[in-house]
Amino acid sequence: MRKTILVVWLLLCLAATAGAQSSGTVLLNAAGATFPYPIYSKWFDVYHQQHPNIQINYQSIGSGGGIRQLLAGTVDFGASDGPMSDEQLAQAKFKILHFPTVLGAVVPTYNVAGVASELNFTQKALAGIFLGKITKWNDPEIANANKGVSLPGADIVVVHRSDGSGTTYIWTDFLAKVSEEWKTKVGKGTSPNWPVGLGGKGNEGVTGLVKETPNSIGYIELIYAVQNNIAYGKVENPAGKFVKADLAGVTAAADKASKEIPDDFRVSITNAPGPASYPIASFTWLLIPAQIPDAAKRDAIKDFLKWMLNEGQNYNEGLSYSRLPKPVIAKELKAISQIQ
Amino acid sequence: MIRLRLLWRKSLNAVMLSLTGVAAFSVVSVLFLILGYLLLHGGTSLSWDFFTKLPKPVGEAGGGMANAIVGSLKLLLLAAVMGLPVGLLAGVYLAEFGGKTFSFVIRYTTDLLNGVPSIVIGIFAYSLVVLPVKHFSTLAGGVALAIMVIPITVRSTEEFLRSVPSSLREGAMALGASKWKTIATVILPAASGGILTGMLLALARVAGETAPLLFTAFSNRFWSPGWGQPSASLPVMIYTYAIAPYDDWHRQAWAAGLVLLMLVLLANLGCRLALNRRGSVRSA
Amino acid sequence: MSIAATTIEHAPHHRGRGTRALIQRLRHGDEVAHLLTLTFAAGILLLTSMLVYELWVNSHLSRAKFGWLFFWTRTWDPIFDNFGASPFIYGTLITSIVSLVIAVPLGIAAAIFLAELAPRKISDSISFLIDLLAAVPSVIYGLLGIFIVVPLMRTTIGPLLINTLGHLPTIGKLFKPPNYGVGFFTAGIVLAIMVVPFIISVSREVLLTVPRDQREAALSLGATRWESTWQVVIPWARTGILGSIFLALARALGETMAVTMVIGNDPKITASLLAPGYTIAAVIANEFTEATGDLHLSALIELGLVLFLMTFILNGLARLLIVATERGGGNLS
Repeated sequence: MRKTILVVWLLLCLAATAGAQSSGTVLLNAAGATFPYPIYSKWFDVYHQQHPNIQINYQSIGSGGGIRQLLAGTVDFGASDGPMSDEQLAQAKFKILHFPTVLGAVVPTYNVAGVASELNFTQKALAGIFLGKITKWNDPEIANANKGVSLPGADIVVVHRSDGSGTTYIWTDFLAKVSEEWKTKVGKGTSPNWPVGLGGKGNEGVTGLVKETPNSIGYIELIYAVQNNIAYGKVENPAGKFVKADLAGVTAAADKASKEIPDDFRVSITNAPGPASYPIASFTWLLIPAQIPDAAKRDAIKDFLKWMLNEGQNYNEGLSYSRLPKPVIAKELKAISQIQ
Repeated sequence: MIRLRLLWRKSLNAVMLSLTGVAAFSVVSVLFLILGYLLLHGGTSLSWDFFTKLPKPVGEAGGGMANAIVGSLKLLLLAAVMGLPVGLLAGVYLAEFGGKTFSFVIRYTTDLLNGVPSIVIGIFAYSLVVLPVKHFSTLAGGVALAIMVIPITVRSTEEFLRSVPSSLREGAMALGASKWKTIATVILPAASGGILTGMLLALARVAGETAPLLFTAFSNRFWSPGWGQPSASLPVMIYTYAIAPYDDWHRQAWAAGLVLLMLVLLANLGCRLALNRRGSVRSA
Repeated sequence: MSIAATTIEHAPHHRGRGTRALIQRLRHGDEVAHLLTLTFAAGILLLTSMLVYELWVNSHLSRAKFGWLFFWTRTWDPIFDNFGASPFIYGTLITSIVSLVIAVPLGIAAAIFLAELAPRKISDSISFLIDLLAAVPSVIYGLLGIFIVVPLMRTTIGPLLINTLGHLPTIGKLFKPPNYGVGFFTAGIVLAIMVVPFIISVSREVLLTVPRDQREAALSLGATRWESTWQVVIPWARTGILGSIFLALARALGETMAVTMVIGNDPKITASLLAPGYTIAAVIANEFTEATGDLHLSALIELGLVLFLMTFILNGLARLLIVATERGGGNLS
């Protein structure tokens, strides 16, 4: 009995002190978007190696979660794939600044019997499919854009995200811009009321469902498609061209927008003009409080932001994210001084 | 006629008994299937690194889950320390002391608590322990898990205390033992096998719970000192890694699942060994 | 009890001095024990009340806006702020029922085998392994569901059910195409695998506590092994077994991760078990972390409250069932 108590006591002490922090360590907790999680975790890791006393613990619980935890004050900063709305900003007890970090894209992926080539999707086609109006793969809207490809007469199985997600936000933002019906009937958001389709959890869930279900179509992040060699289709942009998502196409989409980017950086670049622009692209933002009382934390965040805008951008392309356009970077560097 | 009836009863006997065997066999084979799958997919990722290193950023191979393993152990410890005594003593109350209506209410409430989705319990613990202090902590995670441990423990404690034959009870009383002494020295030890099963079942269940931890212990890429900081845990890591698009992470997720099972296995073994040495009294 | 009480009162007489003190101490100990255990039992009540209170308060926005309509509305639209619980209530009920229909016969049969037929050592080791199943994280069940059960449903089991049972009159409605592999039935299967360890574990322990003389009495009267088990042992262990089924039901109702990975996450009410659906726990898990709208959040929490209510009612029904069938077997008689 005594031995057991001793053992338990030792274990308790061990557990409590495991990994005791040395003084001078700055621990920052952050939460939010899943879309940029790969690049963020890379950044925070590299930054930590360069500044061993600064630990940034980022968890991707979703854009909404990030916003909510930031508003509640349980994290030091947040991250979101969609900019905060005016109502959300009004809810905050403190001013919140948006800092774009990377650019990414969402692509349509499909599994159609007998089709091995890349399919072209017009804007009308995508809206129609996800509205449940276009139900067969050999519908003229799809067939006319893919002359030479024999499409089966099978029913289209739509796959979407079941969890609320920034990727969905970007996808629906695009659909709302190209289809008036989508805008009024479904709207844009992280958890829309999908007219049709199965829900898969996370990119993995959607990909899994699409892979396993014949004649299905879904949407996933570009980086995910690239990393897993998943075939995805081309999307028609406002200039009428079919663009396959890649880093150049995404940067082209951002270029026009970056010249007119508002001071608070909240802008949507889906359906961007320009012949080479990929239409389903988006910024993703870090949400930083304008007032940070703790000096050590404040300095750490400001320093990280500077690092992110300069050195950090070098890591983007390796993980299939696009760099921020130079004018945007310059503007952001100036905005850092707003953090006090 | 009697012969026919006998034949029928005998064949029914044979059929039914073999069906039970089939049932047991299928359940066991499902188990082996799961274990096999885990071993196959996760076994290769189990390395010394896995147990000692911190997670690496996305896309980079290697790294481990040392902090998650320690985190899970700490969380389970908290859950056990906070939840098991409550469950045990409440079970004792229901079996030994309770009045009719009050006991009914308590039992009903316990069953209700058991049916609350784990994420709702997480939300509850969040508003109780996280919001007031404005940061996530291991303690909050422990509280959430402790709440989940209570109902199973109560139910099994009560059930097995009741199953102790009355002859034991009356024997003790005849020797002049007071009620609490009877409970502590005779009834509890007699029911200890079942009670321990219930406790281990409860801990096993919460060991793998993800949802309640998402908003309480949160997670952490680094070590979590003490009890007041966010902490990584195996289930949350499994969840994060499993739905990510990286093969290396998938393998690590399976490995983590395997480690989790091993932990529970060890705990089970340890407790049973300790119990067997004391010896348990089954029905006479 | 009065016999025992007089026994205690008599005993100290033989111990001479300090009798009063001894009785006081004995009584005191009992009272302390009573009070202590009562406090903890009441603590559970307090905890649950606090939980319900939190749920009630935080769902206030949604309750105010939708009222009772919340139970009937079939829409779930976070963008246009229109929320209704009925597809989720349906999904939760159906998946739980399916899982119990599969798990209960399987579980009890396996428990009988382990408690009555298997040699003690084998029984112990197998039940030990089955206890391990309870520790497998929900996410892993979900993944296994995706990799194994879903393709199986889509390619083999689904078509089989459609072609056989699907043609029968009323039951046939339950097995109609389309069949994607994900759906109510798949979720039910995965849930069944998850809850069966609880049923087996607890039932086996309870069966083992049935006194040997009960079985022997039956056997000596000429009953077959099966008859002795089915007609004597099981009724004796009835409450314990029913208790294990409650445990299983409770877990099935609240299961989150595994279900959301295999149910298709489509908030629709369909008769066919092969169609995709949604449960309360799954939608809370999917949308809670991302819900920014206050009404959205409030609606999700109201769903949690609805689940609580469902558990309340189901438990009540089940208890009535126990009371109705109780004949006093298995307790301290």
